[in-house]
Amino acid sequence: MKTPKFTYHAPRTVAEALDVLAEHSTDAKVLAGGQSLVPVMAMRLASPAHLVDINRLTDELSALEVDEAGVRIGALVRHARLERDGAAAAAVPLVGQALRHVAHPTIRNRGTTVGSLAHADPSAEMPTVLALLGGQVVARSVRGERTIDAADFFVGPMESCLGYDELAVSAWFPAPEGRFGTAFDEICRRHGDYAMCGAGVVAVLDEAEQYVSLKCSLVSVNDVPEVLDLTEVVRGTVYDDVDHAALGDWVRDRIDPPGDLHASADFRRHLASVLTKRLTLEAAARAATTTEGARA
Amino acid sequence: MTSTDHTDAVGEQHLEVRFRVNGMPRRVELPVRRTLCDALRQDLELTGTHVGCEHGVCGACTVLLDGEPVRSCLMLAVSAEDHDVTTVEGLTEPDGRLSPAQQAFVDCHGLQCGFCTPGFLTTVAAFIEENPDPTPEEAREAVGGNLCRCTGYQNIVASVLRAAEIQKERAAESAESAESTESTEGSDA
Repeated sequence: MKTPKFTYHAPRTVAEALDVLAEHSTDAKVLAGGQSLVPVMAMRLASPAHLVDINRLTDELSALEVDEAGVRIGALVRHARLERDGAAAAAVPLVGQALRHVAHPTIRNRGTTVGSLAHADPSAEMPTVLALLGGQVVARSVRGERTIDAADFFVGPMESCLGYDELAVSAWFPAPEGRFGTAFDEICRRHGDYAMCGAGVVAVLDEAEQYVSLKCSLVSVNDVPEVLDLTEVVRGTVYDDVDHAALGDWVRDRIDPPGDLHASADFRRHLASVLTKRLTLEAAARAATTTEGARA
Repeated sequence: MTSTDHTDAVGEQHLEVRFRVNGMPRRVELPVRRTLCDALRQDLELTGTHVGCEHGVCGACTVLLDGEPVRSCLMLAVSAEDHDVTTVEGLTEPDGRLSPAQQAFVDCHGLQCGFCTPGFLTTVAAFIEENPDPTPEEAREAVGGNLCRCTGYQNIVASVLRAAEIQKERAAESAESAESTESTEGSDA
């Protein structure tokens, strides 16, 4: 299995990379970690005539910035580096909770988080996390720079709204506001495989441990990550008094997952229900053990 | 790099790439679409790195890139420019002894046919550096990305734990010998 022939470009600056992308447009593809693109090319599912390898742009694309408001990562931040970053884990725990489910450690050493967003696989974890947190992607081209909300970024399975001449240079994962807790898990046929169903949950409680808001987003269920807002169902209720199984049912009745060889649509609905129940309780319990502004 | 950039008769772009393999600076001219595993095996004749699934699932081709395990089938050789690559051939100690990971696989019968072993060894070598005292669960997770069709994994997990032990034993030995050298030197003075 070899990739088709292509012309290789190894720009030394982002500006140079953008020039190449502008010149070759629909014929060009950006190579970052390559953990999806290289096998896709080897299986001849993609055959870009030009490959723009951004791995040498470490000066411009390797930044990992964390503050209380969230985590900003450059396009060359590998999953493993983000996963091990203690400050990032403290500011936005959901990021690390989800990264542990991204393939295997060896893949995470090479694969980039921004690359995973640009790949926009409905079975991938990080697009779901970006959507759930209401994050953003910054795209740059010779035409200029724009910031794209997660809700607009994903337009279809394996399809983002990035233009052919655009490079996703960074992504922003904001921390939820208030007294929040998060949880992420997924169910796979084999350890490290794509999830049959996965879920992330963000719960926000007030001082009386009543729900202020509750959101959930699923993996391998929708063509693009969709955020389910359960706030109206639970608002003002003490989290321990909520029937979390009923929340699972609520989610089950509002999704229309695809069925395939790995899991039927009904089975996926069931998994979504189970994960929602489990993870909501987990996220809320985490929120209850924190005080705003001083999270464990 | 661009100085040797040329396109051959069938329209294949070639480049000259320089990187270090097992500590040795290497220079090789190859087609840009050649993966790192093929470059290691075909151009550098380092056939210890095995190629299994060629799409990142089986882990047989795992090598260390700047000390971290990566799939060499999912990386273009041209992307390895200026990086340090360690293959299974480069794991042995400078004095020729087997590395802790290799010795442990021997001790615990961590292989049968041996096809997957180079990938396991590189993965485990990096893992015990990062986590010198793993639990059985952590050992299992560490090799979760490598497939073996023979062993049933029990002896591999045992090998990971044994590798960490050997690493500790050797560290203690070398600390001891350093100490005794020091005390000898002290008495001389």
